[in-house]
Amino acid sequence: MSQQAPVLDKKHFESDQQVRWCPGCGDYAILASMLKVFAEMGVDREKIAVVSGIGCAARFPYYVNTYGFHTIHGRAPAIATGLKVARPDLHVWVVGGDGDILSIGGNHFIHALRRNVTLKILCFDNRIYGLTKGQTSPTSEYGKVTKTTPLGSLDRPVNPISLALASEATFVARTADTWGNHFREVMLAAAAHEGSAFVQILQNCVVFNEDSWEPVVGRDQREENALFLEHGKPLRFGRNREKGIRIRGSDPEVVTVGEGGVTEADLAVHDEKDESLAYLLSRLDLPRFPAPVGIFHRVTGLVPLEKGIARQREEATRKKGKGDVRKLIHSGELWTVKG
Amino acid sequence: MTTKQLEHRDRVVIRFAGDSGDGMQITGSQFTNTAALLGNDLATFPDYPAEIRAPAGTLPGVSGFQVHFASDDIFTPGDAPDVLIAMNPAALKVNLKDLPKNGILILDTDEFNKRNLKMAGYDRSPVEDGSLAGYRLFAVPLTSRTETALAAFDNLTVKEKRRCKNFYALGMAYWLFSRTMDSTIESLKQRFAKKPQYAEANTVAMKAGYAYCEASEEFQVRYEVPPAPTKPGTYRNIMGNEALAIGLVAAAARAGVPLFYGSYPITPASDILQHLAGYKNFDVTTFQAEDEIAAIGSAIGASFGGAIGVTGSSGPGIALKGEAIGLAVMVELPLVIVNVQRAGPSTGMPTKTEQADLLQAVVGRNGECPVVVLAASTPANCFQMAFESVRIATKYMVPVILLSDGYLANGSEPWRLPDGVDDLPEVRISFHTDPKDFKPYRRDAATLARAWVKPGTPGLEHRIGGLEKQDQTGNVSYDAANHQKMVQLRQEKVQRVVADVPDLKVFGPDRGKLLVIGWGSTFGAIHSAVRLAQADGLKVAQAHLHHLNPFPANLGELLTRYDRVLCPEMNTGQLRMLLRARYLVDVQGLNKIEGQPFRVREVLTRIQEMAR
Repeated sequence: MSQQAPVLDKKHFESDQQVRWCPGCGDYAILASMLKVFAEMGVDREKIAVVSGIGCAARFPYYVNTYGFHTIHGRAPAIATGLKVARPDLHVWVVGGDGDILSIGGNHFIHALRRNVTLKILCFDNRIYGLTKGQTSPTSEYGKVTKTTPLGSLDRPVNPISLALASEATFVARTADTWGNHFREVMLAAAAHEGSAFVQILQNCVVFNEDSWEPVVGRDQREENALFLEHGKPLRFGRNREKGIRIRGSDPEVVTVGEGGVTEADLAVHDEKDESLAYLLSRLDLPRFPAPVGIFHRVTGLVPLEKGIARQREEATRKKGKGDVRKLIHSGELWTVKG
Repeated sequence: MTTKQLEHRDRVVIRFAGDSGDGMQITGSQFTNTAALLGNDLATFPDYPAEIRAPAGTLPGVSGFQVHFASDDIFTPGDAPDVLIAMNPAALKVNLKDLPKNGILILDTDEFNKRNLKMAGYDRSPVEDGSLAGYRLFAVPLTSRTETALAAFDNLTVKEKRRCKNFYALGMAYWLFSRTMDSTIESLKQRFAKKPQYAEANTVAMKAGYAYCEASEEFQVRYEVPPAPTKPGTYRNIMGNEALAIGLVAAAARAGVPLFYGSYPITPASDILQHLAGYKNFDVTTFQAEDEIAAIGSAIGASFGGAIGVTGSSGPGIALKGEAIGLAVMVELPLVIVNVQRAGPSTGMPTKTEQADLLQAVVGRNGECPVVVLAASTPANCFQMAFESVRIATKYMVPVILLSDGYLANGSEPWRLPDGVDDLPEVRISFHTDPKDFKPYRRDAATLARAWVKPGTPGLEHRIGGLEKQDQTGNVSYDAANHQKMVQLRQEKVQRVVADVPDLKVFGPDRGKLLVIGWGSTFGAIHSAVRLAQADGLKVAQAHLHHLNPFPANLGELLTRYDRVLCPEMNTGQLRMLLRARYLVDVQGLNKIEGQPFRVREVLTRIQEMAR
């Protein structure tokens, strides 16, 4: 980021295109929050590129006045990787839905993460196919009745956080569309991360899967059902933060502080660097457990792909000298025919 | 010592054949380099199995390398070998059918044991049953002679010693054709710089093979093939894939723009990625993607970022890239897609050559999706066409598909080198930076190219994508009239590339009985056949296409100047279909779909039938 961060506001990042999501769609809240996040990053708009795939979420770049690329279904992480490697100076964001990122683009998702290329991959996860009007998605619940699964889906859902961790992601987080402040904090942390960052955004599809995340995201229930992760803090939740997660061996359990001799000291403490803990947390879900939200995992100090590639180029140039095309053409065993 | 006879030959074809572990490719390449350094014109054809090490001694495990060297111009690796060196019974079985009667046949008799004979399907040893009587047979215990020659090497195992037998055979070939061993000795030193005992052992084995021929009563005649009178200049021997890689680098350097190559390993295109990975100091970035789609995706992303994005693959990979090629057409970014074709469909025969992806290149995508299609005709021509692909892609802001094939990729020929970068055409690229009245899809009046804007340029922020674009603004549009206009604009833009396509020249009479038209790697076979037919007094001409979309402007008229038109292709008639559809000319086909290049006599026979 530049030395003197320009003072920018949300309006600066709005494009002139009419936003065309369904009224009440969670994407509106995401867009509004992201415009603020871009403004707060202190990077001017020409330095930002938003790359998306196909789906409702993937319309996102049209509504942001940065450089944008609405590509093809599932391939945004691959296209963004090429862009970032060619242009390490750009801030590259990838936007897609659960179908785009985790189904048709699942392979690219895995490989973008394991390469640790500095992309911010945002998955607007509403557990349904929206743009094609209501078919089961890779995050749809087992048994879910949709247009393509009238008797219930027989596919077990993928867990995006577990998958990201297994793909060696160095930044893995979860937030929700309407959580203005939490959303902002998670996104600014992702923006500052060097290496690949993945954020699952619990997003509401009002038309085809309304209130799918309500137990976790809703104002009334989130204190009971969401476990807000904070680095270095004990894992506590509940209306009065009276409950917590205790881990014995590798078995997590919900306990109540003050009951049965349980004190805060018995609770597990969140450590973003601890990969095993992050994986264990990624498996927690309703109804037995609260759903963790926030930053599951963050590792810093690893060389991201784009820097590694640039270094190898520099190193090769230092060792061999700047490439001379004539010499390259005239290499190998030569012979001359005199005129 | 007996006096050996020295006979003059204008041209010779040698085929080295053995097990895929026998080192036939390196033996052939060494012989080739020596021929090149002696000034012979040459062409090579490696033919090897897809399996890295098919079971030893089996028919599918046979690997071959054919080299044609001459004291005059040649254009193919030769129809049939004059000399066959077969390192085991399987190699004999696979290759003997190609050796003409009275041809020279050298066999390693040590390998003609019961087990190997059985694996090759011989009931009795052909060395003993008289079935090889029509050939000039030299049955030599190559393996044991190599072992004997290396007796003093205490630092090598018996197995390691035996593995030097290919160099023993090479030494024999060098004696037989009056070659020097110097360049091979030097190359062994470099190749085994870290294991000098291997360099030394192979050198000793080679010299032993040479000395054996010199001393043996069996070998009475040796041959001499003088240098070819070639055009003055500096030459090197080059394979197609390497030439192609260098062409890409040269074009990017000429433009002063970084090159990005995104690819996924696939036979026979992987060498391009490997070569480019070694050129990082030329501002080249290589990216081995997770799959074919990511490979082209990364290249499109790099082009969006202002680099020259290139991806390369073979047919099956190109099929996977189809949707992304459409994206590049829609967003009008420069992109080069290299297809080193192989025999299909599906996985087909990965190591065998074919040119059956022409229609895939020209029309194989959803929607009206025109791209420029170029094709290389010889291994060295891969350099020029790669360069041209980059030049056209960046000048017109279009994807360009460059067709090569397995025969060009792994075949080699002498390349007369351009002296310097300044000899190469200009590749002019300017990035748009002026925010005044900027519209992403405003076009250059002559080329119809839209402006290339690098992200990071202030005031030019814009969005592109695969949805239909509104003319000028590039905004998403479902307007009916706009769609028709945009489809036609994209078509017209590709058509205007014709301004950069030279008129097609003919070799031979500019009108007459027969025109033989081809494209791609069939050039050599067609050219040789046409020359022979012309020498025979037939009124036949050759035209060879390097531009398949758009076609050269004079092509339609040219086709009408001959009574008949013949189109030899290694497919079922794809260019023929395009020519007939476009020009309503009754083009006849000669179609070989065997995974093998044309033989000159196959083309010649057809020419004689049609032109007499």
